[in-house]
Amino acid sequence: MSSTVYGLVAEFDDADAILEAADKIRDAGYRVVEAYTPFPVHGLADKIAKEDIRVPWLMFACGIVGLCVAYGLEWSTNSPWVEKIMSHAPVDIVTRAWAYPMNVGGKPFHSWVSFIPPAYEWTILFTAFGAVFGMLLLNGLPRPYHSIFNAKNFDRASQDKFFLCIESADPKFDYENTWQFLQSLHPADVSEVER
Amino acid sequence: MDIEETTQPDGHQEDLISDSMLPGKGHDYKNLGDRIAALVLQQRVHPYAWLVTFGIGFLLLNVMLMSITYLLYKGIGIFGVNVPAGWGLDIINFVWWIGIGHAGTLISAILLLLKQRWRSSINRFAEAMTLFAVACAGIYPLLHTGRPWNAYWLLPLGPNILGLWPQFRSPLLWDVFAVSTYATVSALFWYVGLIPDLAMLRDKTTSKPLKVIFGLGALGWRGASRHWARYETAYMVLAGISAPLVLSVHTIVSFDFAVGIVPGWHTTIFPPYFVAGAVYAGFAMVLTVGIPIRAWYGLKDMITMTHIDWMAKIMLTTGLIVFYGYILEIFFGWYSGDKYEWAMILNRFRGPYWLTYWALLTCNGIIPQLLWSAKVRRNLVAVFLISQTVSIGMWLERFVIIPVSLHRDYIPSSWGYYTPSFWDWSMFIGTMGFFIVLMFGFMRVLPIINMFEMKELLFGIKHKHGNDVPDRDRTHTIEVTPPVDEHHD
Repeated sequence: MSSTVYGLVAEFDDADAILEAADKIRDAGYRVVEAYTPFPVHGLADKIAKEDIRVPWLMFACGIVGLCVAYGLEWSTNSPWVEKIMSHAPVDIVTRAWAYPMNVGGKPFHSWVSFIPPAYEWTILFTAFGAVFGMLLLNGLPRPYHSIFNAKNFDRASQDKFFLCIESADPKFDYENTWQFLQSLHPADVSEVER
Repeated sequence: MDIEETTQPDGHQEDLISDSMLPGKGHDYKNLGDRIAALVLQQRVHPYAWLVTFGIGFLLLNVMLMSITYLLYKGIGIFGVNVPAGWGLDIINFVWWIGIGHAGTLISAILLLLKQRWRSSINRFAEAMTLFAVACAGIYPLLHTGRPWNAYWLLPLGPNILGLWPQFRSPLLWDVFAVSTYATVSALFWYVGLIPDLAMLRDKTTSKPLKVIFGLGALGWRGASRHWARYETAYMVLAGISAPLVLSVHTIVSFDFAVGIVPGWHTTIFPPYFVAGAVYAGFAMVLTVGIPIRAWYGLKDMITMTHIDWMAKIMLTTGLIVFYGYILEIFFGWYSGDKYEWAMILNRFRGPYWLTYWALLTCNGIIPQLLWSAKVRRNLVAVFLISQTVSIGMWLERFVIIPVSLHRDYIPSSWGYYTPSFWDWSMFIGTMGFFIVLMFGFMRVLPIINMFEMKELLFGIKHKHGNDVPDRDRTHTIEVTPPVDEHHD
């Protein structure tokens, strides 16, 4: 096994075929496996990888942060209490002018009802940032180069072909045996991927 | 319509799928993608009609640019607004455009959550429409500030820059938060949906510079199943938060009015009635854009008559909600016992702007009732014309709400009359040009139909029929399903 081999890749013609193959690969004990498909195939990730629930949690955390930032901003800048504390700040920095409570139309300084809409919007805004950037970050994107792009016919992976790659990093990986094994799954093609 | 709940390989219940969402013979993943990508990669497929439409849009865009230039030179005195009607066409157009955008989010988010798979072929351009409509809407409040170069005063930039904080208790500031969040989230949602399609274009194109451009946009997307899993989670939750967002945006826009005490504005029905009106106008615009697109580019089997039919039904439903709102407004005016409220209603009926009110009821309340008939819903010309009527009607609705309420409020000695000036109108048709240029420009540079979702839909349809049934065998049932299809297509 040379270190220039990234893995062996099998090409399939439809999603059902790759789902079946993924089952067999899992049963055969391969663990460092990845599938590449032109559209999300439900259940495929569950067969070859552990479920990753970090994205929703990240979004939830971001949402809470957004809510706190917006509401905190509204409350603190309108709070006589914050103003008082800030006036004792030792150095003349931005914080001294942070709070600027104004009586407008006799409304309370802490007008919590009026503070809801901006806080609501920023909760959603931050959640969306968490979703998009969290998803990209956990996926390791942007990443313009990846070894799998060297696979034969891989430009079809985004179009109509389904690829399964057993990586050479897998402890069970053995060039000959793995090649034989992939052939036994009846793929359209099996090929080697250079690193 | 033979819609069935299908079960995906992993056993969990999946989306509602029907053959009529993608009729026709011999679809496969490759040709679906190729046909959609052709609009981007083979520029010759664009018909002469595209050029004409784009040209008209471009001319109108220049009208907008000239109007803005003159506005910046002269100030907002060139508009027809004056005390007592301090808000005129600029706010009407703002609300109108924002409302149009809402259908895009509704299609992309709410229909996704409801597992309505027919959205796949219309969501991309509807989302684009959202973005462009928000861009058009954003122009108005910025320019109406009078000094748009100081528009950043609206943002909470802190005492070091502005000396003061903005007034967080004002609905106008809520608007800033709502609209900016809406624009940002819509753009993110749209881009996330585009990433796999950009990867596909990157892999398909033979031109080196295009490969680089699409490659940069695709961020190195390689379709790994772990990536798809996170992608789908993120996309689903994005939809989940976009749904309350879209409801909140027009709610907050309606607060601009409802929080004021002007007769005709100060009512609790405004938020739901504005949201329904927004979706109503939005679907009218989706149909206005969608009907020519499907005809020009031979996408009749992707944007099918079923799609048109269902969008028309949504339009009818939201139209009825809006009509109910009109009736309730009259009822509230009478039942409140408030003589100013009742005077406002009478002023709408027979005041100086009576024509706009009755035209509004005709356009929004009466003409769309034709959509009860399946024949009308499946007649493209009729649906297209009704969509135009609805667009006009929704514009009139904002006109009736804004200047018609403002021009006569409490003190008869302060009554006035509002006439839009030339520059009001030129800005309005100018933003239409802006919208056309963005929309039709988009058609040439990015795929107007979500390619990977269409492939997923095809897989779903195949799966529904069992894997061993060849494509040709199922086409028979499809031609039977929509019975009134042949004539008007």
